[in-house]
This record gives sequence, C-alpha cells and structure tokens, in this order.
Amino acid sequence: MTHLKPVNRKAVRIEEATKPENDVVALQRTGPSLVPHFPIGCSLVFSPGWEADRTGGTAGLCQPVERDLFDCHIGCYWPAQVPDQLNHAPDWTAKCAAAQKDWRKIDLIFP
Amino acid sequence: MMWGAREHHRFEAAGQAFVYLVPSAAIFAVDEAADSVLRRLAERPQTHDELTAALGGDLGPTLTELVRVQAIAEVERPAPPTPRIIPLAPFPLTTMVLNVTNQCNLSCTYCYEYGEDKIVDTENGKQPKFMSEETARESVDFMLREAGDNKTAHVTFFGGETLLNFPVLKKTIEYARRRGAEAGKAVDFSLTTNATLLKPEVIEFLAEQNVGVTISIDGPREVQDKFRVFNNGAGSYEIVAPKIKELLRRHRTRPIGARVTLTSANLDVKRIYRHLTEEIGFWEVGFAPVTTAPGRTHAIGEDGYDRMLDQFRDLAQEFLEFSVANRHHGFSNVKETLEELHKGVSKAFPCGAGLGLLGVATDGDVALCHRFAGSDAHKVGTVATGIDRDAQRQFLERHHIANKTDCSVCWARPLCSGGCYHEAHTRYGDTSHANLHYCEWIRGWTEVCLKVYGELSVRNPAFLAQFDREEMGEKVS
Repeated sequence: MTHLKPVNRKAVRIEEATKPENDVVALQRTGPSLVPHFPIGCSLVFSPGWEADRTGGTAGLCQPVERDLFDCHIGCYWPAQVPDQLNHAPDWTAKCAAAQKDWRKIDLIFP
Repeated sequence: MMWGAREHHRFEAAGQAFVYLVPSAAIFAVDEAADSVLRRLAERPQTHDELTAALGGDLGPTLTELVRVQAIAEVERPAPPTPRIIPLAPFPLTTMVLNVTNQCNLSCTYCYEYGEDKIVDTENGKQPKFMSEETARESVDFMLREAGDNKTAHVTFFGGETLLNFPVLKKTIEYARRRGAEAGKAVDFSLTTNATLLKPEVIEFLAEQNVGVTISIDGPREVQDKFRVFNNGAGSYEIVAPKIKELLRRHRTRPIGARVTLTSANLDVKRIYRHLTEEIGFWEVGFAPVTTAPGRTHAIGEDGYDRMLDQFRDLAQEFLEFSVANRHHGFSNVKETLEELHKGVSKAFPCGAGLGLLGVATDGDVALCHRFAGSDAHKVGTVATGIDRDAQRQFLERHHIANKTDCSVCWARPLCSGGCYHEAHTRYGDTSHANLHYCEWIRGWTEVCLKVYGELSVRNPAFLAQFDREEMGEKVS
C-alpha cells in the first residue's frame, strides 16, 4: 500500500490478510470489493438451481454451466473438469477475451 | 456508486495524520490523499466523481486502499453487525485472585470493600474472615486444573489487607510451587498491600520468593492521610512510608508499583506522581478514579474528570519525551494503554473477569473477579466443584459488547468495551450497564494515548517493539 502505512500490529495483520496477489477472481472484478469470495453454485454451499434445473435437466439452470470454469476452476481449489490447455487445447480460451461478455465463445472440445 | 466513511477516529501526531479504525483497532498512517478522501467522506457520502472534482488527481488507488482496510465502503453496504462470539469453554484461567482475607487494618473511607458501596457483608456475612490453608490449597489445585494448556499461572493475593493472612500466603506459595512443578507449569505470584504490615521478615520473604508487589498508596502525607486512615482516624503515611522505602531497597527482583485511588479531593496527579517516584522511589505509578455510587462526596464529578485528563495529558507528554530518549518513565496508565493500542486489541469484554481472571473468596467461592468475591449474585462456581459453566456462559452472553447499545456508536469501544463491571454495578446497580459517566474521559484519554503512540511510531519505533513480548497476567486493582 502506498497511501496507507500500517502502524500497529493489527494494521500489519490486516494488510497481510487482504493482500490481493494471486487472487484471480478478485482481479476479474470491477471496482474494489472486500467481500470474501464464495464460488456461486459451489458444492460447499446449498445453491438449488445450479446442478440441475426443475426438470432434472441442465437446460434451465440459473447459471450457465460455463460459470464453473471461472469460479471453480480458476478461483477455487475445487477441480472443475477443463481441457488440457498445455498440450491438447492451448487455444481453447483464445476467443474469450473478457469472460463476462465472451463466455459463450468457449467451445466444447472433442478429443 | 456512493462511498462513505466507516467508523474511525482520525488523529494527528508528529506532524502526520493517522486513523484508528473501529472496530478492528488497526492504526494506519495516512498520506495527504487518503486523509483528504477520508475527511470528505466523514462529512457525507460522495461519489468517485465528486471526490475527484474536489480533490483532483487519480483517486482510484487511494480509494482501493481505504476500502481494503475497511476505512470506507459503499454506502449501500452497511458495516456488518458486531459478531457475538462467546469464547469457547473451557477458557484457560490466566490469573486467579485469591482474597486471603476480607479484613483490613485500615478504614479507608472510599473503599469499595468496606465503604458505603460494599457488596458483601464482611462483618456478619457467611464467609470466614480469613481463608484457611485448606481452601487456599484447593484454590491452587483449582487454578492448575483450569489453566488448561497455559505454561504459566498467575496468583494474585488480595484482601482485605493481604498481609493480615501472611501465614496462609506463605504456605500457599510453597504449595503452589510444588504442585505447579508437578503439573509442568510455572506459577507467578503477586500481591497488593497497604504496606502497613511490611515487616523486615515479610519483605525478605517477598524478595526471596520473587513476589510482585503493588502498594496501595495515595501520595504525599496530606493526601494519603485524607482517606487512608486507621480505625481511629489516624493517617497511615507515617507508618507506611519508611516500610515502603525498605521494601524498595531490599526487593530488587521485580518492579514495584504504586496504585493510587483518585477522588474529588485528591486529583493532583502530577504532584502525587513526583512524590511517589522521586521521593519514595516507586518504579511505576498507576492511577484509578475511585469507584463509588454517584453523589458521594469523594465521587469525581464531570469537572473533576476534566482536571484529571489535563494532568494525565501532561504526564503522558512527559512519558513520551522520556520514551523517545529511551529513558524509563513510571506512568503505568499510559504504558498499559499503549500496549493495547500496539496489539490492536478490540475487546468483546472490558476485562478478563469471568474469563481468564477469576476471584476467589475466603470460603472458596469463585466470583467474576476479586471485587465481587463473596457475592452470591456474581458467583461462577467454587474451587471445590469448579467453574459453573452455565453461569459463566450466561454472564458472557449478557455482557458482550454487542449488547451494549450505548457503546455501538463510540469509537473508543475497542479498548473500553463499556468499562469495569464493578464500577457499573456500583454506579447503576447493573454489571452489564455501560459506564456512561466516564465516556468523555475515556475518549479523551484514548485520544491522548493514540497521539503518544503515533509520535512514538515515528520518533522511536523501537520503543514499541517491547510490547511484542509474551502476554502477562492481568493487572488487578
């Protein structure tokens, strides 16, 4: 921080606890926010409408299934299933410049 | 999006602006940009554009940092309510205050134990006047059981006049050392006394046994003799002064402090401090305003608190200059507050009473603290049967800072947390009442200490590093 300098021990702890580095999800957000990140539709929280729609299918979900790529795969420790971007599909997200706008452009991969 | 300031207290020290954030109790030095933003937002909520129009420049990074430490936030996002977290039981006992007697050879008119505001009848009540050796031993066992994983347990002997029961005190120390060693714990001892019974053999024992000593004394002769009198009304200065000097000469293993009670008739803080340090030789002096019901002649009124604050401020300034020069200064009130500011404590409860600190009455009843020892209404167990967990839990739930609506808008609550339960009980008849009669004083004093802290952080940060040391037992007064 450049405008604020921690002086007492609590301030030092707050600075350390709120260090933004490596927080990919935080970097994707617009504007500052300090609300703890909870993946939407995470299996750790009760979130009906995420795994299945009211018919038991996946067509009418509250969130597109692509949501987990940016939430579970990038921001969370939870292993979402994604293509091998190192070897097999390096250009998989090439058309997706801004996730909020372009998530539909991420296509299915067939081996 | 509208930005608004969250609770904070701005102060200046060493030509610089600082903020004390509430409730986190974090202290940040703020540069001009952050300071200007915070000051504008403290007046009224504003948008980023409004701020930029008024202050110019790129305020984005400044806002981000202020948001990050929760000094400001979007106005539609109100500060979360105070989490009402009750510490998990069993909470380890750090300090046990043992009231080895409820009798005293002085008759100080303001005394909370014997004066007009006493809680327990020590003359005709059910408690024995002196704690028996057996109860003291049981208490030690109780303490070691309740100390949990703590490596050190602190015993503070208290009274009445503690030394009236010197034989039991002696035996208790011996027993506690032995039992502590068996339990793999160090036991630390201290006591509070009026110094009238400090005979040479007592002094020898305290020095040899490394017992911490706090002397209750009010100051020079005419001050001391006003309230601290014997039964016949005779002053005690003549008797105690030479004994204290002898104690200070012989007992060099631990710093010996004086504990002064301030009353409406006794508010010359600086003069008392000079006398006790320079003429008597105390290492440190702590001051506490007398605990009374309102309206008592010795109760400190509003202007009295103002006078007290002025003198505390002067003495704190002196403390600061000494500390910058790495010299010892014995004004312990400021030191204790600086330690809490340095750690950034934000209290859910004003003190450790009923939690890490418990008082034991002469019959072995366990109370919130020594000031309530013997009171059935404030009993949380006995040394024989242990802590009454239900009573303890009920007490903690009822006294949590989240319940103190009066405190919810005060920036000094991380340190004060409503103030002394006993003071509240005496003043309002309710331990859970916030001590509203001294709010202005607390805020004034916290401000003084914040300024000293800010100055030290700039002029001698090494001084503050001493507060990073291990936790000590809680002070008792």
